[in-house]
Amino acid sequence: MAQSEILEQSTDLPPVFASGPVQWARRHLFSSVGQTLLTLFVAAVSARILWFVLNWAVLDAVWFATDPQACRDAAGACWAVIAEKHRPILFGMYPYDQHWRLVLFIVIYLATVVASLTPACWSRRILLPLWAFAVGAMTILMFGGVFGLPYVPTSEWGGLPLTIILFTGSVLFGMPIAVVLALGRRSPLPVARGLSVIFIESLRGVPLITILFVAVNIFPLFLPAGMEVNKLLRITLSIAVFFACYQAEVIRGGLQAIPRGQYEAAASLNMTYWQTTRRIILPQALRICLPAMTNHVIAAMKNTSFVIIIGLFDILTATTAVMQDPLWRQFYIEAYLFVALIYLVFGLALSSYARRVESWVAVGRI
Amino acid sequence: MSFSHLPIKGSSPLRSQFAGVLYSQAFRSTIYQVAMAIFVLFAGYYLYSNVMENLRAQNIATGFRFLSEVSQFQIGETLIEYSARDTYFRALLVGLLNTLAVSAVGIVVATVLGFSVGIARTSDNWLLGKLARFYVEIVRNIPVILQVIFWSVVIRNLPAPRGAFELWGAGFLSNRGLTLAMPLGHPSHFWMLMGLIAGIILSVGAAKLVRRRNEKTGKHVDSLWVSLALIVGLPLLVWLVFGAPLEMSVPQRTGFSFSGGSTLSPEFVALLMGISIYASGFIAEIVRSGIQATPRGQIEAAKTIGLKPWFITRYIIMPQALRVIVPPLTSQYVSLSKNSSIAVVVGYPDLVNIGNTVMNQTGQAVEAVAIMMIVYLTISVATSLVMNFYNRLVAIKER
Repeated sequence: MAQSEILEQSTDLPPVFASGPVQWARRHLFSSVGQTLLTLFVAAVSARILWFVLNWAVLDAVWFATDPQACRDAAGACWAVIAEKHRPILFGMYPYDQHWRLVLFIVIYLATVVASLTPACWSRRILLPLWAFAVGAMTILMFGGVFGLPYVPTSEWGGLPLTIILFTGSVLFGMPIAVVLALGRRSPLPVARGLSVIFIESLRGVPLITILFVAVNIFPLFLPAGMEVNKLLRITLSIAVFFACYQAEVIRGGLQAIPRGQYEAAASLNMTYWQTTRRIILPQALRICLPAMTNHVIAAMKNTSFVIIIGLFDILTATTAVMQDPLWRQFYIEAYLFVALIYLVFGLALSSYARRVESWVAVGRI
Repeated sequence: MSFSHLPIKGSSPLRSQFAGVLYSQAFRSTIYQVAMAIFVLFAGYYLYSNVMENLRAQNIATGFRFLSEVSQFQIGETLIEYSARDTYFRALLVGLLNTLAVSAVGIVVATVLGFSVGIARTSDNWLLGKLARFYVEIVRNIPVILQVIFWSVVIRNLPAPRGAFELWGAGFLSNRGLTLAMPLGHPSHFWMLMGLIAGIILSVGAAKLVRRRNEKTGKHVDSLWVSLALIVGLPLLVWLVFGAPLEMSVPQRTGFSFSGGSTLSPEFVALLMGISIYASGFIAEIVRSGIQATPRGQIEAAKTIGLKPWFITRYIIMPQALRVIVPPLTSQYVSLSKNSSIAVVVGYPDLVNIGNTVMNQTGQAVEAVAIMMIVYLTISVATSLVMNFYNRLVAIKER
């Protein structure tokens, strides 16, 4: 039978791929009896939950009230508790009349971070002065003691600025440590390799809390009598080291992805180990693992909340303390949702940024 | 081409030989490493001597002798007998068992939740997929401590036993925690456990036998069903042999409390919910990536040769998915057990919580923290050893 005959006998029409909302729904929601039942069930359950949430969070909610009684009378959420307590939640025990300094701190911080994440600003000439200015300004704002600002010791810092300081400090201190540890683990020197492996693996094997205990209870014993290191600094450094051990493993993955030829090419140009590392290997390795590194940066942000155990007044500790107020205590769900929302917004922003970076890397833009 | 016109440094033969050693890679790396080792040893000795001096100055004892002293504190929740007259060692042991208990239950809950959400995430059903994604994004981005504290406050604000929520006749949820109906203690339980263990061991051998028979006869029997029949069947058989004891201890409301059943404390439930829901978000993503690791072409090829959907899932997708899933799943289990250390924020007496109490009572911070670290390191290493063994089972068998 010739091919043309087969074609003539075939009565099947080519499959039709129609598009449009109806076709889409048919394909993704109602493709079979089972799928249709599943869709209806899921839709019914989520509609009920959505309706409840809508009623609770919006329709029956109390938005502004200075008297908690108004909230008790309402069936819905009491967002008034946020309006009433947002300052101790956001700023902790920092002197009340100085809160404007913290607002300014947060504004400078966010502006600096947004600028640093924009590829247009990625040059040493912009970023170095920017961060120098930002860190200087933020330090002056937090500590005070100059320009007529009253001095505020670190023990009175709290709330969102403290969370920001812990997070940023641990990432800024942690990244260089991570690079050194990763290079150490890939080093040709057995002693450097051994030390890095022991350090990384033993810190990754223990919970962050035990490391915080070391920073708070044991570290002072390491120092000669009479010498002291600020508690906030010790805690930031310990979160930084913890973060570095995880990040080092990610960077090691990036280092391993660099083809052997790159090292050999550098060696044939007579470049030294440090020249090769700094100019050839690290720029490529860090670019490869940039998306994966973001995961640990987000983890570092979440890990700052561990300081509640050792009594630092970050945003979570502040909220827990504020919610002891017997007048407003019963509206704890609203308060915790507020804090959760802050973490959620920062976390989602970072991870969506990471996805964008990933696509830039894919098209070779950076 | 000749370089003889270039000036040569170190003209005398002795000097050039010396320079050769000095500039050689091997010599230099030895020097670097010796310097590194000396630095680390010196720093270690310096810190150690500082610690010793400070402890002497503060009159704090050193060493682990305190472990045999009487602890003098009560623990709310214990799996073994314990009173304030027992030693610190026994107190820490109670804490360790509590850590293991909450981690073990947490791993089971997180696995069930995570696999359900992960599979829902890959569903063809758009609505279900989106819902699962929503769950994952929320759960992963809120710090685990915040979640644990949240559940703890929620449970504390639940109605008292009088107004407790009834869970379909199987138990109650109240501010006293979760009270569940439990089978009454019966000697058959021990033998059922033995049956379960025997079933698991036998199923490994049985699976091999079935596979060999399949290859020999060409008739297909799924070893999964044989294994499942052994693992479920043996305990069931033991239960039937004992006359199928069905007596349950069903909780009843008695004014301010419950009688019967067994109660999980509010602290335990809050910690369990917090750490396992948090981990389930990560596990769901691992499961999703595992399922999606099978290239579409393989599934299409399997359909083309007429394999049934279950057969495709069982023999094409599952083996490849497990290979992708197991290693990161291991590290999630380890990090769940490490997250259980935040028990102190809700007051569940785990190892770190009790270690903290011991530390405050004895002042021996170095020893107490060292114990916590060593225990967690051991748990991490043990888990990864077991998981590596399993991973070798599911890894690609290369010739």
